[in-house]
Amino acid sequence: MTAATVNGAPWQGPHGATVAQVVDSWCPSPKGVAVAINGEVVPASRWSATTVTDGDRVEIVTAAAGG
Amino acid sequence: MVDSPPRTPPDPPLGTTTGPDAPACHPRPAPTGADDPLVIAGRTLGSRLLFGTGGMASLDALHRALAASGSDIATVALRRVDPQARGSLLDVLAGLDVSVLPNTAGCSTATEAVLTARLAREAFQTDWVKLEVIGDDQTLLPDPIELVAAAEVLVEDGFTVLAYTTDDPVVARRLEAVGCAAIMPLGSPIGSGLGIRNPHNIALVVEQAGVPVILDAGIGTASDACLAMELGCDGVLVASAITRAQRPERMAAAMRGAVVAGRDAWAAGRIPRRFHASASSPTDGLIAVDVR
Repeated sequence: MTAATVNGAPWQGPHGATVAQVVDSWCPSPKGVAVAINGEVVPASRWSATTVTDGDRVEIVTAAAGG
Repeated sequence: MVDSPPRTPPDPPLGTTTGPDAPACHPRPAPTGADDPLVIAGRTLGSRLLFGTGGMASLDALHRALAASGSDIATVALRRVDPQARGSLLDVLAGLDVSVLPNTAGCSTATEAVLTARLAREAFQTDWVKLEVIGDDQTLLPDPIELVAAAEVLVEDGFTVLAYTTDDPVVARRLEAVGCAAIMPLGSPIGSGLGIRNPHNIALVVEQAGVPVILDAGIGTASDACLAMELGCDGVLVASAITRAQRPERMAAAMRGAVVAGRDAWAAGRIPRRFHASASSPTDGLIAVDVR
């Protein structure tokens, strides 16, 4: 198992879970979505090749109304 | 500064009024015709009114107000995905062919703002960013030190930075020096609706700027937006004044007209303020009437 934080909440998943899998479980459509792990952007092109590891802080963000 | 300012008025003679509410003419060349678009970093925008999406009650209301505004670029913030969220802000913008201008609202350090801008570039496929770095929770005033630091990093990283800043002309100059594509001075604190508290500072920012100046924050009603344009601003960003108006769609239309009117008035060159009257009818040829 891997224990990480996703959008501030505790997250547990199988060892070797990829960013793509985490994003898929959080939002039905990844359009307009970006991911950072530990303060670094992970481009969408690398979501499938990037695994989440113990202690990672994952942020999954999208557009919200704002001035 | 231009060597021979075409429209700088002479020093006012004694007895005329000036003051902080007097929109000064300034030495930037006036546009010469109706074809006078706002151009930022080489990109021509279809309107001088930029739309801030924050504060709208619903996506449907946003759609109607945005359409009425005539804006073709609108700000969005970046927040954690809400799995329960319904409808898409991005779909509303795309449906109206309105470009996304991501902001870094909520950031209080350069580090946060830089990461947010990079996430926005990834999410929305744009290297434009409205850079905000807030230094005070109560007034939401910008932190100019962190702001300039973040701007420098983002420009170096290839971003087109539109910097939300105070109305301090010196900070504006620093932002332009590090490569910002537009300066966005506040009229008054975000969401306050207090209008332009220091028109003279805005005129000073405009006078020295070599990049577009977009008045951002503090607009309360259409006359505030009009004044910004009369002061020589190249555009106005309006969020709360539209989205929190009782009838947002109607206020959006009012802002659209105000920005056009203000631009025209600035380009036309207003008359100087006078302390006493100046007759507009001829004083020669008056009839003589004997009163007995």
